[in-house]
Amino acid sequence: MFRASPLPDKQTRTMLPFKRNRRQILPGFGLSMGYTVFYLSAIVIVPLATLVAGSFRIAPDLFVNTVTSPRVLASYRLSLSTALIAAMFNAFFGFLTAWTLVRYRFPGRKVLDALVDLPFALPTAVAGICFATLYSPVGWVGQFLGRFDIQLINAPSGIVIALIFIGFPFVVRTVQPVLAELEPEIEEAAHSLGASRWQAFRRILLPHIFPALLTGVTLSFARAIGEYGSVIFIAGNLPFRTEIAPLMIMSKLDQFDYDGAAAVALVLLLISFSMLLVLNSVQRWQEKAYR
Amino acid sequence: MQTGPNPDKTALRHRTGTSHQDPLAVRVILIFLTLLFFGGFVFLPLALVFAEGFRKGAAVYIESIREPYAIAALELTLTTAAIVVPLNAVFGVAAAWAVSKFTFRGKTFLVSLLDLPFAVSPVIAGLIFVLLLGSRTTLGSWLGEHGIKLIFSTPGIVIATLFVTFPFVARELIPLMESQGREEEEAAVTLGAKGWQVFSIVTLPNIRWGLLYGMILCMARSIGEFGAVSVVSGHIRGMTNTIPLHVEILYSEYNYAASFAVASILVFLALATIVVRSIMENALHNQQQTQF
Repeated sequence: MFRASPLPDKQTRTMLPFKRNRRQILPGFGLSMGYTVFYLSAIVIVPLATLVAGSFRIAPDLFVNTVTSPRVLASYRLSLSTALIAAMFNAFFGFLTAWTLVRYRFPGRKVLDALVDLPFALPTAVAGICFATLYSPVGWVGQFLGRFDIQLINAPSGIVIALIFIGFPFVVRTVQPVLAELEPEIEEAAHSLGASRWQAFRRILLPHIFPALLTGVTLSFARAIGEYGSVIFIAGNLPFRTEIAPLMIMSKLDQFDYDGAAAVALVLLLISFSMLLVLNSVQRWQEKAYR
Repeated sequence: MQTGPNPDKTALRHRTGTSHQDPLAVRVILIFLTLLFFGGFVFLPLALVFAEGFRKGAAVYIESIREPYAIAALELTLTTAAIVVPLNAVFGVAAAWAVSKFTFRGKTFLVSLLDLPFAVSPVIAGLIFVLLLGSRTTLGSWLGEHGIKLIFSTPGIVIATLFVTFPFVARELIPLMESQGREEEEAAVTLGAKGWQVFSIVTLPNIRWGLLYGMILCMARSIGEFGAVSVVSGHIRGMTNTIPLHVEILYSEYNYAASFAVASILVFLALATIVVRSIMENALHNQQQTQF
């Protein structure tokens, strides 16, 4: 691929932010840029800024007390730990799915490939009631698990189930293209130099795919932290045990405790944004890895 | 110009495959594990929706879908989508045009701002509009005095859905338009085309599949959005109830058959989205192949 270097040239560097390069002849910069900035501000920036600004108006000790109350802390811990465990599962199942879909030909492959997107397309509430019913003590899977005294509903492990469903397409869709673009010659070279299949996989394939895998896992983790609809039905929402952080915001709102809701939300938002920063550096690293 | 993998080599790889290098046992085990995973996480829930929906017979199923509250919820959901999708599509095209056809400082920053709503929990997305427009705030109380109620009514649902589905079209179009470059549009301008002509004659045909695809994703999400809408709606039956909220209410009333019957509508919509997506991806793929 021969493309112009994306590094800013001298002219770009001297430009003002959001001002266009004068050498460009295409029309509509002012209109499209103006509308983009206006719409972005109206729908996203101003409302988000309201939350941040509103949190500053809350008395600092009230803010700290709300955010560090045992019940809220337990909800943060639960949201983060279940999201992390689900992301680990997704690293495995997502990689497995991507591998099978790219490397093997079997009947129904195209159907599976299309159905990977189901969690993106299916409303979260529908996924939620499905898993709650499946894993309830009288449900199709719950009945079976009950014989071994395993109960997933009203338990953190049930939350993990819902979060695996929500997150796995992220991993598949980031790993799949990288796996498909891989030149077979690389592996052939490894084999001809005497590497075993496992060695070729571990030393050649895995390092190449790892940045994409990490991106997918981070995406699924970030999504899982804030997930609400698919979780609340299976979680049972028991205080200190299966109450996720978004639900804490919801219950504070139900009690008209707007300041409390804003405080809990701000911390959750900061966690999500720091995930975004991590993701950004991961992606920068990924780009470097493929250069 | 070589921007993708060599088609001949790709075809060759697909024909011979690297699969025959994996021992049969490995292949069988991995395919079996994948099918097992899909069985538990995809096929079982899908089968369950219909099994539960029809548990009390087809009459109850049809009755649940046709009762007035379900119809009202469906109407509200479709109205919301009909407002949200065009607005976000226009924005997506404008943003993609600005980002992909021009060079300016702060481009990376702008693009990452566009993705912001994806990083925000749906519940927080609802909360920010309650905080901004609710009767507690200056803006909200001023609006209230003038008889305008945004939160716990349809406009609130529309605004929250706008936020949640904000990036879909832009995200779909930006990489597509960046890969297509500026040469065609620049040639059109050189030949005397005016601004709108450049867009409708040159750009739009090139991006139509991507645009349509982004709009379909946007529509699917706006129909299915639950958390954000749940916060701003106030759950007033027949008034501010969307289809996903209706499913939740029926479920929490232990009316499982009706809940799953209504949910099956959403499953049909989700499956339709996926089918359309596959068709469009093929169309997009073919279009790109004919270009090179």
